[in-house]
Amino acid sequence: MSDLHTELKKSIIEQLNLEDMEVSEIENDEHLFGDGLGLDSIDALELIVLLEKDYGIKLSDPNQGKEIFNSINTMADFIEKNRTR
Amino acid sequence: MKGIAVTGMGIISAIGRDIEETHLSLKYGKNGISFPEILPTKHKDLPVGEIKLSNSELSELLNLPEDHSYTRAALLGIYAIKELLENSAYDQFPEDTGFISGTSIGGIDMTEKHFYDYKNNPEKRKYIQAQHPGYTTEKIAEYFGLNGMITTISTACSSSANAIMMGAQMIESGKLMRVIVGGSDCLTKFTLNGFNSLKILSTKNSRPFDNARDGLNLGEAAGYLMLEAEDCINGKTVLGRVSGYGNANDAFHQTASSENGEGAFQAISKALKKANLSTTDIDFINAHGTGTKNNDLSESVALKRIFGDKVPYFSSTKGFTGHTLGAAGAVEAIFSLLAIQKGEMFPNLNFSTEMLETGLGPVTGFQKKNINTMLSNSFGFGGNCTSLIFQRNE
Amino acid sequence: MSKIYINGISSVSPQSEDIFEEENPLVYKENTLTALDQDYKSIINSMMLRRMSKAVKMGLYCSKKALLEAEVEIPDAILVGTGQGCMQDTEKFMTNMLESEEGLLSPTSFIQSTHNTVGGQIALDLKCKGYNMTFTQNSVSFESALLDAILQMEDESTQNILVGGVDETSQEFTGFQRLDAQIKKENISNLDLYKSESSGTIISESAAFFSLAPEKKASSYAEFKDVEIINSIEISGLNSKIELFLKRNNTSVSEIDAVILGRNGDARFDHYYEELQNGMFLAKCQLGFKHLVGENNAVSSYAFWLASKILKEKQIPEIFKLNTLNCSAPGKVLIYNQYLGRNHGLILLQSL
Repeated sequence: MSDLHTELKKSIIEQLNLEDMEVSEIENDEHLFGDGLGLDSIDALELIVLLEKDYGIKLSDPNQGKEIFNSINTMADFIEKNRTR
Repeated sequence: MKGIAVTGMGIISAIGRDIEETHLSLKYGKNGISFPEILPTKHKDLPVGEIKLSNSELSELLNLPEDHSYTRAALLGIYAIKELLENSAYDQFPEDTGFISGTSIGGIDMTEKHFYDYKNNPEKRKYIQAQHPGYTTEKIAEYFGLNGMITTISTACSSSANAIMMGAQMIESGKLMRVIVGGSDCLTKFTLNGFNSLKILSTKNSRPFDNARDGLNLGEAAGYLMLEAEDCINGKTVLGRVSGYGNANDAFHQTASSENGEGAFQAISKALKKANLSTTDIDFINAHGTGTKNNDLSESVALKRIFGDKVPYFSSTKGFTGHTLGAAGAVEAIFSLLAIQKGEMFPNLNFSTEMLETGLGPVTGFQKKNINTMLSNSFGFGGNCTSLIFQRNE
Repeated sequence: MSKIYINGISSVSPQSEDIFEEENPLVYKENTLTALDQDYKSIINSMMLRRMSKAVKMGLYCSKKALLEAEVEIPDAILVGTGQGCMQDTEKFMTNMLESEEGLLSPTSFIQSTHNTVGGQIALDLKCKGYNMTFTQNSVSFESALLDAILQMEDESTQNILVGGVDETSQEFTGFQRLDAQIKKENISNLDLYKSESSGTIISESAAFFSLAPEKKASSYAEFKDVEIINSIEISGLNSKIELFLKRNNTSVSEIDAVILGRNGDARFDHYYEELQNGMFLAKCQLGFKHLVGENNAVSSYAFWLASKILKEKQIPEIFKLNTLNCSAPGKVLIYNQYLGRNHGLILLQSL
């Protein structure tokens, strides 16, 4: 597991107040929304802010988020390709 | 006689400082959308429906002393109610007049302005209590010497529609003879940044119900109606009647509306039932129509569920005023009463293409039409959905 | 008009809900009293709970408990009174916005800053599509919700109404109340509140919710008779206003057994209560509650909880008493409350 994956899990737990969750409990390919981690559309907006704040990536269309935030893997891939910081 | 009589109204918004100017703007398609000049925000590129009067200009127009502690929402509210009073049969409101005001954020403009002043500047502390919505209502009440039943409803964007509904119920139940109902909300950095963080503000003029709509414009306004019991009417002109109302909760999401428009569907159904009307009785709808992807689709779905393939003429006036949040229900109640009185349908601005999902198209140009019955929708965060029905005074 | 019975009650406050059974109330040495923590996880979904501020947690927790007691699954209406609303989230979004000078902001606290967040979250949790209303008028916010309960009960199809009051504290905004002299400068013990002769009071957070219905049950607490809101009144006009209110309800001062007063130790405004204590209610059992649970805009909902409990259990714990008069069989209880000399509320309850 790359540092980015761990870093992402940590910030997701912190940003989304997933107080009872440990980094080790989130699988890299687990769905973040719906039947996986159970995140919702408010979390999606928080993740868009996270992308911009931590990695300098601005999503112009919130709908893009659907694919990017599928799992930790898809998020990490997207960040690697697009990060400006 | 069915329904509760409306015997007065007053309004101020980005399209007019009184009923007459407002009506002319609606008639001639003159919108009030501009970039912020009065609101001290960094987001100068976000279009808003701003009233181009500073707080000190408003204070001067109202002859208030310089050291007053009125919030902007209170200043706007007083401005609108003064018009209501001047056109009423009263020199001042009778003592037993109730007051129910709707607002989403009340006086938070003062908190954001003086947040860092309170600690070291005792002079500014008079605004500390201003943060909470009840304060703005009280200040308006104080100005007009209203001392009795006074309350504030805060259910986000349906606040003043709910105030009208409660006022009608208070009269119906005999608890009040006369009540001023409506609402006031001003532009603030708090709401502008809040809606911006939700990514639902358009950088252009909003396009309610258009397939390419991409968000709303915020606005500010105050609008108030006088509701009176039959015994108080004594030959006064009745501008129209509140004959139906309904509130329901979407119970779907904190901010988003459900795909099947359940809350809206329930609210409209309740209003029709209360007014004892059928769907074919509705001549024209003032839709909530904010211009966001989510609201307009959900509302359209609800309209199709209620009216089937015979959806009445409808229009969202948000393109004129911007979304005036807690004041929107009262502002659009006044537009609805004007539509009935004048026999006119006001256009849904900036519309060009029906949305793919429903194919519904609003009224896009000014039209004369005999209107007996209007439906007005107001939906808010927290799933709060309210529909009001106004009818011609027969 | 149908009668309105109180069939389920629940409160969260700086005191235990078992205060009738416990010997000693909790003592606080500071002038801001937070509500006691509850086992929120036991009845609130953890994915929902993670974002909730104290007001939402307290409101939802009390709602579910009151409905459970009344054996109501989904009420027909949800009515909430909250004078200051969701202050914690408002403060969070406000400070983020000001500190970042309108920079990049996360939306969650904005979403939850709306005054009807508590009412909306209760509806969301219960999947209740019924009427949903939030009142925010300073110290008559809860009274406004009660007034709406009477209006909603006029609709014959209404079976159950959930009504409550809730207010929370927050760091900066509650601090502003201190700067505004609403909170006493010197720290006092809550139990010494009525001895204090200074300005200001002790500020707290609390919630109390009730399940109301037109049908009486064996387990019902009391009957809610009426409520009145008076925005502004001179002390000299108070007596006649109360007499009129009682008369409207076919009763009079002589029939009132106990009066619950919102005295809060603020020397500037307590004379409203003193006028009644030394006047029309001199010979009545007088109760206070803010020395135990503090002052907030929705705290009259705690008084409503107290009255319900007294009328059901037919006893008045000593700790609430402001005078030495006894009341062996409380039948009619009047609640009178105001804050800073404005927003006066009268509530009348009756035993079954």
